[in-house]
Formats: sequence, structure tokens, C-alpha cells
Amino acid sequence: MRLKLRIWRQKNAQSEGRFVEYNLDGVSEDSSFLEMLDLLNQQLIDRNEEPVHFDHDCREGICGMCGLMINGIAHGPKAAVTTCQLHMREFKDGDTITIEPWRAKAFPVIKDLVVDRSAFDRIIQAGGYISVSTGQAPDANVIPVPKTQADRAMDAAACIGCGACVAACPNGSAMLFTAAKLAHLNSLPQGQPERYDRAVLMVNQMDAEGFGGCTNIGECEAVCPKEISLDFIAMMNRDLLVANLLGKGKR
Amino acid sequence: MSVTTTQTITETPTFVEAPLDGRVPSGPIETLWERTKFEMKLVNPSNRRKFKIIIVGSGLAGASAAATLGEQGYNIECYCYQDSPRRAHSVAAQGGINAAKNYRNDGDSVYRLFYDTVKGGDFRAREANVYRLAEVSNAIIDQCVAQGVPFAREYGGMLDNRSFGGAQVSRTFYARGQTGQQLLLGAYQALARQIAAGTVKMFTRTEMLDLIVVNGRARGIVVRDMRTGEITPRLADVVVLATGGYSNVFYLSTNAKGCNGTAIWRAYKRGAYFANPCFTQIHPTCIPPVGEHQSKLTLMSESLRNDGRIWVPRQPGDTRPPEQIPENERYYYLEEMYPSYGNLSPRDISSRAAKRMVDSGRGVGPLRNGVYLDFADAIKRLGEKVIRDRYGNLFDMYENITGENAYKTPMRIYPAPHYTMGGLWVDYYLMSNIPGLFVIGEANFSDHGANRLGASALMQGLADGYFILPATLPNYIASTKLEKVTEDADAVKEAVDNVKRITERLMNVKGEKSVDHYHRELGKIMWEYCGMSRTAEGLQKALQLIPELEAEFWENVRVTGSANELNQELEKAGRLVDYFELGKLMCLDALNRNESCGGHFREEYQTPDGEALRNDEEYAYVAAWQYAGDDAMPILHKEPLKFEYVKLTTRSYK
Ligand SMILES: Cc1cc2nc3c(=O)[nH]c(=O)nc-3n(C[C@H](O)[C@H](O)[C@H](O)COP(=O)(O)OP(=O)(O)OC[C@H]3O[C@@H](n4cnc5c(N)ncnc54)[C@H](O)[C@@H]3O)c2cc1C
Ligand code: SF4
Ligand code: FES
Repeated sequence: MRLKLRIWRQKNAQSEGRFVEYNLDGVSEDSSFLEMLDLLNQQLIDRNEEPVHFDHDCREGICGMCGLMINGIAHGPKAAVTTCQLHMREFKDGDTITIEPWRAKAFPVIKDLVVDRSAFDRIIQAGGYISVSTGQAPDANVIPVPKTQADRAMDAAACIGCGACVAACPNGSAMLFTAAKLAHLNSLPQGQPERYDRAVLMVNQMDAEGFGGCTNIGECEAVCPKEISLDFIAMMNRDLLVANLLGKGKR
Repeated sequence: MSVTTTQTITETPTFVEAPLDGRVPSGPIETLWERTKFEMKLVNPSNRRKFKIIIVGSGLAGASAAATLGEQGYNIECYCYQDSPRRAHSVAAQGGINAAKNYRNDGDSVYRLFYDTVKGGDFRAREANVYRLAEVSNAIIDQCVAQGVPFAREYGGMLDNRSFGGAQVSRTFYARGQTGQQLLLGAYQALARQIAAGTVKMFTRTEMLDLIVVNGRARGIVVRDMRTGEITPRLADVVVLATGGYSNVFYLSTNAKGCNGTAIWRAYKRGAYFANPCFTQIHPTCIPPVGEHQSKLTLMSESLRNDGRIWVPRQPGDTRPPEQIPENERYYYLEEMYPSYGNLSPRDISSRAAKRMVDSGRGVGPLRNGVYLDFADAIKRLGEKVIRDRYGNLFDMYENITGENAYKTPMRIYPAPHYTMGGLWVDYYLMSNIPGLFVIGEANFSDHGANRLGASALMQGLADGYFILPATLPNYIASTKLEKVTEDADAVKEAVDNVKRITERLMNVKGEKSVDHYHRELGKIMWEYCGMSRTAEGLQKALQLIPELEAEFWENVRVTGSANELNQELEKAGRLVDYFELGKLMCLDALNRNESCGGHFREEYQTPDGEALRNDEEYAYVAAWQYAGDDAMPILHKEPLKFEYVKLTTRSYK
């Protein structure tokens, strides 16, 4: 395949970025989107130019490190896949593809297509865990967990922390990410003691990081590679309501 | 760092007569760990804060260790190269984690898990370590459940299990096809809690590039901030490496692109022994490569072998599509060759069998480089929905990558480099031969001998991090007098200069070929001569080819950009430098081990029907290599292995 690529190039956080156009020939349909960029980078290196920087690691759709805006859609045109799992057979010979980094106030650009998502880690640090130190656990089968609850927790826990939901949201909101972690822990019996504190603390941190509010647009769910459901946001809002009534969220 | 690299290794390595001592306490194995825990020294809770521990790595091993030692009150610094600790490659483990819970009541026990692991490792692991691993396995499951790991459940709310290769009991716990992810999130959350509590400081996008050894003790590391390029020393009382495996020496592997051998290799060059480098695991069920653009290989979880049947056309050269090959012309070779384990035969055995099929002209797929993994029978028996529930995400991933629907047509699979049993040598306390340097998880060599059983790496990483290191590391602190070290110590400055020198040298070659070009070439050599099967002749050849390639790399590599910014080419180049050197040691180790065992298959040593032929007389030892200079042969130390509980027998899965 032959492609025209429009790629966001930005030297570092301080400098201004701009689109640069590249023509790329000889792309295999069987290659992944990132392998297509590898090919471009190989050619840039051959021409002694700096390759395009992008984040990636597992290339299996699970680490959450990759993430590109492809023709304006987070992780590209195919539903329910990460950028690394998108393959070139989704494109046609002669296509023009525009590639940008995640754009959100809370995700500053580091270089080219690489952004800083450490705000997500700080949301988890604010309360996205169950406070149980090593050695304190009872036998694993002491507390039965109904299969439906375990499955629901797993559905939410599948979030890979990629940030596509934020990038897709016109408000730059991190609701889907935060709600997924809350639903994971709050669906399980082990998560009940801290349930309402957790909801308040994580949402407060989310606001402090500069993520926008949720206006029920649903772009996040549409691009999420793990198909995290908007229902989890509803669950989060219910938990927040109860938490307010109970005066929770102080540690 | 000197880089005279063109010499070939022809002489036999010198070895040290005195046996290497694994410091295993004496006494009956069943009570050894309990007793050792009691006998080890403790550190008073109010003093713990004063001790700084560096943990490099935030995978299952590193994150669990950092969280647990943080909970105990130590002052922890944790490092990873990704942008978040949650992305360590443990996240990619699909299949599951073993434990001896015997919730199935099918005859499992700590002793059986111990037995299976020693046997599965083809009698090249230390019995006492393996027993302890089996012993703590149950507490891992308890801990993970308490953290909120959403393991698969039955309708009654109890935990579910599945079977994995090399075992006849069902002892594997799993969370859909994302067990590693869920266990890692559990450990990551525990880590996040400690970061919030202030006991752990986390450094992301920070790469360890050297170990600092002061007066014979590990006292810190040199790191490069990957965003700014700044190179700085970080000092501590103890250093723990939890940096994962080195399968990427093959370029194409199931590891993440950033997985590297750099941390352990540079520790080796500071004196830490490297044990059994040639023990690598080639996983039988990966998607076969499709072409030159291939950047990595993708694993299809071994759990698929619970329901999938592996076959090839019986007739070599048969190119008909699978549905046109009638039942009696299909060769279900694992079921025929190993009737009692069948499709669940251990990995080394299944991988080699697949290679024999492809080499004999029975390969399938456009490049004739795979075998079928067929679910048609299981779908007939259980219905598509059950199969979708069990493996849906794997089937989706398969379709994304290959464009084929595995509910309709069999998957194609082929073995790929996956896991490294070798790693830095550690004693019973998980400490290397450098006092104060501990090594945990895949980075050490300890528990899997010459072949790891499925679902045992997650178990080992968490055993090391949650339970073993947090007991043995305090013992070191309590029994050692640690003098103060400052940044102006000569050893610190020398280590920083060393890293700067390597960096500068790489930037200054200004040649014509990319880092990836050289890495691909190295991978081809390693796969051809030090992969699934090896010969003395081939290994000798590799030991010529690698130095030639390495020399060319230092003449002609092109590292674009500058060293003072985010520079992914420079990062890759630094890792490749170490892979060249490590690749040579792997070949040397494989050449030295004149036997076949587990994942190490030397063609000269096989039974008439092509199975591995061990030589217990001469090779029942751990080969621990000591660095002796870039131009010198490394020195071989042997830790003899005694089998007092599991009788040394030929491993049979027939
Ligand atoms: C695809 C796949 C599937 C698997 N499935 C299973 C399974 O089902 N069951 C099972 O038991 N095992 C499985 N394994 C094996 C298992 O996942 C690994 O062996 C295990 O997770 C390794 O954990 P770790 O903590 O030792 O290392 P990792 O998880 O690899 O973590 C390494 C850490 O070290 C850091 N690091 C590395 N180098 C540096 C450096 N130089 N400087 C700073 N930081 C560094 C990384 O950032 C990372 O945080 C699988 C492996 C793969 C590849
Ligand atoms: S909710 Fe979906 S899109 Fe958002 S971080 Fe998680 S996986 Fe990515
Ligand atoms: S690189 Fe890991 S999810 Fe894409």
C-alpha cells in the first residue's frame, strides 16, 4: 500500500508543534499500525532525520502504553482495539492518514506523539485500592463472590489506562477511567468498607488534575478499546450521592 | 567500557573448583522456610524508615516487593521505564497463576506442586527454593483476592480453576484471559497506596544503566531520565532488581518492545554471577510471523490447549485447506506421541514437536510455518458460546492480527521465544553473590530449572515480592553494618562516568544503519543457532557471527537525535549493546552444557525417539558465570544440585 501521512511533530513540551507530511510506500496490509510507523521511521533514519516518537510497549493491546488520534478518532477507525492492534487492512491504498497525540489539558505533550498521563496514576493513588497489607488476607474462599458480581468487576477492571476516553471527550473528562476503577473495586465485597470514601477521593483528584466534567456525550465509550460501559459512570454518580449524604471522603 | 569485540571464543572456560554455595539451610524441606523465617534477624519498626531500598522494576515482582516493604515501613524508591508502573510486562500474562489450594479436591498438595515444578524444570532447579515457592503459593491467592483481583468464579461464588501444561491436576487460577493484568493491577494498587502513604517514591520513564558497588556491597544505581537525558546516581542501602526477562535478545519474542537485559547485564559486569543464561523457553502457542515488517510475536495463551487440538496434515507437503483434510489424514501428533498429557504436554516438548512437524514439511499456513490449533471438536461438544466465554478475547486478538475467524477455521500457531529461566544467580535468600544486591522475579534464575511450567512465573514473581524478599531482605539489613556512602565516592563517580561514556560513544558512531537493523540480525543468529535446538557446531558459528555483527554495529550504527532529550533510538541502542554481549554468553553456556534438558536441546544429545537426553553425572549443576573483562573468557562457577526429595528420573509425559 501507498499512504500519505500527516503527523504531528513537536520537539518537546516547550516548543510549538506542527503537522508534517510524509509519503510512505510498500506498507503491508498485514502489518500493524505501529509497524507501519516503524517502516516510516526506518526511512526517516535512512535519510538521517529524527524518527517520529510514539509510546508503545506490549503491542498486544494490554499495557495501555500506545494511543494515537488517527483521523480524529482515538485508536483509529476500528472499534474495540488499541492502536497497536489496529492493522493496515483497515485502510486503503492511497489513503491520507492524520496522526496526532492525545490532546487534553491534563495530558501535556512530551515529544511528537508522546504525552504525559501520570495524572491517571495520581487518581489511583487518591483511593483506587483496597487497604489490605500483605499478610492480612483470609483464605480466598472465605468470602464467596457471586459470579455475576465477579464478572461485573472484571468488566470494569479490564480498563488499560490508555487515556483514549479523555482524548475523545470534548471536555477532556476522565470519568470513564475513574468510574471503571471505582466499579471494579466497589462491585466486590472486599471493596465495601472504603466504597464511598474511595468515590469522593478519586473524583476530587480527577478534578484537581484538570480533567473536565462529564456532559453525557458518550464519545469515551465509543472509542474505549476495552468497551468499558457508560453504566459505570452512572454507578459512580450514585455512589457519590450516597457518599455526600454520609459525609464521606475525608481521610 | 571496552568494546574490543572481534575475538572468537574457542578455548574452554575456566571453572572454579570450589562449589558455589546456595546457602540453603539444612533440615527437612517441609519446615525449612518456617524455621529460616524464625532464625532470620528483624529490624525494629521504628528503625525501618532509616533504610533506603531501591527496587528496579514495577512488574509483579517489583511492585509487590515495593508495596510490601513500604507497608513494613522501609524507605523505598521504585523505578520503571514505562510511563506508569501499571504497564510492566507482567500485564500481558494471559493464562493464569498456580497455587496448591486443592480446591478441586483432585489430589493436589504443596508437595505435588513442588514435585511437578522440579520435574517440569527437568531437574535443574534447587529443591529448597521450589518447595518454598509451592508453600507460599496459597497465600498469594488469598492476598490477591483480598486486594480485589476479580478471579473467575463458579456460580456458587467459589474460585474457579483450569488446567495448564505439565500437570494432571487443575490448580490454575485465572481472570478471563487477563490474569497478569489483574494481578499486576492488584500489586499496582497496593503500590499506589504506599506512594500515597509516602513510603514509596515512584520514578517512571527512568532507566537503570549501571549498578553502584562500594566496598563490595551494592549501594545504588545510575539512572537516565528518559525525558531529559539526565544521568544521575541514586544511592541506597540495598538494591533489588526486578527487571524481568531477556527474551528480546531474539528480537522477535512475546515480550514487550522495551523489555531488556540491561539492568541484570550491567550488574553482571559489576560482578554479579549470571546463571544458566542458555535456559530460555520457547512457547508453543504463538501466532507465526508473516513477514519482514514483523516487530514482535503474539502469544495465544496456553490455556487454549485445554480445548484446542493440535494437528498437521499427516502427509508432508499437503497444501489443502484444513477443512478439506479428512480426519484420517490429520496427524494429532501430541495426542499420539504423548497420550497421557496429549495437547497439554509441557512447553519444551510441545515446541520441539511443532518444530519437527514444520521441518518435516507438514507446516501449515501461507508460509508453511505453523501447526493447527483446532477448536471444532470443542465447539461441537460445548457450543460456541462456552468457547467464546472462555477465550473470546484471545479469538478477537487472533482475528485482529491475522484477519481469520478461529471459530470457523483452526488457528495457526508456532513456537516463539517467551521466557528466560536463566538470570542473575541468587542464593536461598534471593541475594546475588554481591552483598546487598537482591534479584527477584524473572530476572533471577531460581525456581524453574531448565523449563518453566505454565502459570508458574506469576506465582514466582508474587512469591518473591510479597512473601520471600520481605522476609530475607530485613535479615541482611539487620546483620550488616552499612557505612554511609556519598555521591563523591570514587565508585559512584566511576559508575556515572561509565554510563556517560557508553552514551557518548553510541551518539558518536554516526554510521548508516539503524539500531533495529542490527537487532534483527542478532535475533536471526540467536534463533538459528541458540533457539529451539542447538549444536556445538552451530554455537561455535554464532560465537563468530555475533562479534562480527557487534563490531560492525560499533562502526556503523546511526543513533539519531541527541542524548539530552527523549530519544527512543538511543534507548534501543543501549539495550542492544547488552544483548550482543549477553547473546555471546548464552551461546557459551549452551556450548558448555553437553546435554539436553528442558528448553536446552542439543541435537547431539537425544534419545532414539528424539527426546532430551540429560547427563546428570556431569551437568546436574547450575552454571553461574562471572565476568572477567570484555576480552576475557568468563569464569564458570558450579552450584551442584542435589535431589533428595524428587528422584532423578527421565522426564516422561508419555
Ligand atoms: C505474553 C506473555 C504471557 C505470559 N503468560 C503467563 C501466564 O499466563 N502465567 C504465568 O505464570 N506467566 C506468564 N508469563 C510470564 C510472566 O508474565 C513473567 O515472567 C512475569 O510477569 C515477569 O514479572 P517480573 O515482575 O519479573 O517482570 P516484568 O513484569 O517484566 O517487569 C519488569 C519491570 O522492570 C522494569 N525495568 C526493566 N528494565 C529496566 C531498566 N533497565 N530500568 C528501569 N526499569 C526497568 C520495567 O519497567 C518493569 O516495571 C507470560 C509472559 C508473556 C510475555
Ligand atoms: S476507560 Fe477505556 S479508553 Fe479510558 S483509559 Fe480505560 S481502557 Fe482506555
Ligand atoms: S502497546 Fe501495549 S496496548 Fe498498545
